[in-house]
Amino acid sequence: MDSGTFLQNVWFLLIGVLLAGYSVLDGFDLGVGALFPFLARTEDEKRSLAGAIGPVWDGNEVWLLAGGGALFAAFPMVYATVFSGFYLALMLVLFSLILRAVSLEFRAHDPVRRSVWEAAFVGGSILPALLFGVALGNVVAGVPLDARTEFAGTFFTLLRPLPLVFGVLGLSAFLLHGGAYAALKSDGPLRERARKAARTAAVAVGIAFLLSFAAVWIYLPAAVRSVPAWVFSGLAGLSLALCFLAIRKGRDGRAFFFSSVVFLSLWGIVGAIHYPNLVRATDPSLSLTLVNASSSPLTLKVMLVIALAGMPLVVGYTVFAYRVFKGKVRPDDGGY
Amino acid sequence: MDAVFLARLQFGLTAGFHFLFPPTTLGLSFVVLILETLYLRTKNAVYRDLSAYLVRILGLVFVMGVATGITLEFAFGNNWAAYSRTVGDIFGAPLAAEAVFSFFLESVFLGILVFGRDRVKPKTYRLAAFLVFFGAHLSGLWIIIANSWMQTPAGFRMEGGRAVLDDFFQAAFNPSAVVRFVHTILGGWLTGALVAMAVAAWLMLKGRAADKAARLMKPALLLFAVSAVLQLGAGHAHSVQVTRTQPEKMAAFEALWRTEDGAPFTVFGIPDAKNERTRLAVRVPKMLSLLVHFDPNGRVLGLDEFPKEDRPPVFLPFATYHAMILIGLVFIAMGAWGIGLLARKKLGRSRCYLKLLLFAVPLPYLANEGGWIAAEVGRQPWAVYKVLRTSEAVSAVVPAGNILFSLILFAAIYAFIGAVGLSVILRTVRRGPDNGQADAGKGAV
Repeated sequence: MDSGTFLQNVWFLLIGVLLAGYSVLDGFDLGVGALFPFLARTEDEKRSLAGAIGPVWDGNEVWLLAGGGALFAAFPMVYATVFSGFYLALMLVLFSLILRAVSLEFRAHDPVRRSVWEAAFVGGSILPALLFGVALGNVVAGVPLDARTEFAGTFFTLLRPLPLVFGVLGLSAFLLHGGAYAALKSDGPLRERARKAARTAAVAVGIAFLLSFAAVWIYLPAAVRSVPAWVFSGLAGLSLALCFLAIRKGRDGRAFFFSSVVFLSLWGIVGAIHYPNLVRATDPSLSLTLVNASSSPLTLKVMLVIALAGMPLVVGYTVFAYRVFKGKVRPDDGGY
Repeated sequence: MDAVFLARLQFGLTAGFHFLFPPTTLGLSFVVLILETLYLRTKNAVYRDLSAYLVRILGLVFVMGVATGITLEFAFGNNWAAYSRTVGDIFGAPLAAEAVFSFFLESVFLGILVFGRDRVKPKTYRLAAFLVFFGAHLSGLWIIIANSWMQTPAGFRMEGGRAVLDDFFQAAFNPSAVVRFVHTILGGWLTGALVAMAVAAWLMLKGRAADKAARLMKPALLLFAVSAVLQLGAGHAHSVQVTRTQPEKMAAFEALWRTEDGAPFTVFGIPDAKNERTRLAVRVPKMLSLLVHFDPNGRVLGLDEFPKEDRPPVFLPFATYHAMILIGLVFIAMGAWGIGLLARKKLGRSRCYLKLLLFAVPLPYLANEGGWIAAEVGRQPWAVYKVLRTSEAVSAVVPAGNILFSLILFAAIYAFIGAVGLSVILRTVRRGPDNGQADAGKGAV
């Protein structure tokens, strides 16, 4: 099998890095959004929780835009096939993200419709958190593509067992991550509820992980022979256990660190069982791979320069911003 | 209704709605940067209060821009899959670069502007204001590069039906990129400056915080007046470039049906493409030739030079282009009038001028949208000029019904968040600037 050029492999890896970065960073604020009604009971608690993600959610979401843009630039065939093929599912994600983006500001400034904006924040967090996993499950499990590599299924093609358990796994991992972050940033009853939610979510991640494992074994038997996938699976299991212990001991920072490692390990597994595919087709000869779906060598090179010049800066000032806003939040911190 | 029409309508609606916000961000972030600089220089807390006031508005405008911008990052894959496959090798890179170099910068430092006033030193805060300003402009550069490549593609070759990058800098700095960038940025400065002036005018008319309002009005008015004059030059240069690189587009802007030596400028008229004539036309003889060639007898190509299937529509580009020019001239007059009042220290008392500023707020938005519509409709029937037709750029697998469904939902959601967003912004304006006099020393260096 053609294993592709160096640049094609680098971009396969970098797309993974951007999406993994997205799930670790925006993951916690999506999780906080999904857990919002369960964690925050009083108006002060709601404002604290909103303030905990207020200064950072927007920068976190840029990782998704960067991932989308990089996919367009490096693998335009994948960008075209997936986003036109998964049209209605993607529209649901977009509508959710649009309403969610304005929901916190509007919740604070539009008191008449406060409950509407709260629902938009919660629903707009849960739906993408679930659908990202479903979408990923589909490109991993394989979708029907025609000879022009156009998607040949329907909306309901997307709702098969493997993608659905991936969706549940993704959602529970977002909940764990959000719970761990909320515990880290709060104290008092809010922190206790966040720790409890994170504990429950950790159990859910464990169950969903076993189900996903079984689904991969059944539907992608070849994946079971991948050694790196086993290594990452071990790492995922270990970090999930350590995360659970850290939550029980009240070590919030450590719990958040390990829930991040859980996400990174899950991406490691996906990379290992999916490589060199980007979209697996039901007929393997039609699959979009890092070889047949990529841009020209010059474009990949230009993009690599852009990524190498830009991303270290991004990481640098993102760390700076998190340090500015570090510590527990108070109801008035966020200006919500 | 066919899929091509619906896909165009959806892109027009989502991009057009989004384009209300970034120009406002360009201009407002400039005014905020000026106020923060004045605050550091003078240590006068008034400037800090004014900056905080505008940052609240900027935060809301920015969040609306983010919410409506997400759609566009994916829109080319959704509805324009054939476009994405054909030109993705070139078109994707500026979109990715925009996210990597600009979106992160803007988002992270806007978070510090909105939430971090008491958490960073004043100099760091001013740096954050600068980086938001810089990020917004850099973002504009990348997206204008992408758009300009559709208008005047360069730096590529066609291989097996796909555009392949030959030279990144030729593609990025294609013939229309720089002049379009300057023109668009000035449009943003005019927008943000006028919003700031209208806020100040409203405070003055209500007799609230008069000293603060005057200190906001002055820098905003200077920015506005200077930008209005510069825009005359930039707009002119852009038109000259269009005449050179996309002559049929200029012919549509001017409803010039036939090639003429010494072509007139049509001040007013109702173009009728079917009969290839302009009703009720008011023309200035030889003016168009003079403007685009600096020669009253220069030859300007008319629509008759181009096969019918390659001609853009005429009515919409003509109407929007002329509305934009008219508004641009009004801005020069408004800027001059304001500077005159300022010089005679009568600005705060001219209720007539202050009211004019309030009613003028929609104008920059009409000009921005008008210019954009003229540019994009004038590019038709091409998605990428002379490379790919719009009709061949759509997604083959998305049925018209799905586009209609998402179009209706986009329209409903945008109408809702647009209405609430406007009322929330107006409420923020009505709250007025803080009165930070009491703790004026706090935070100052």
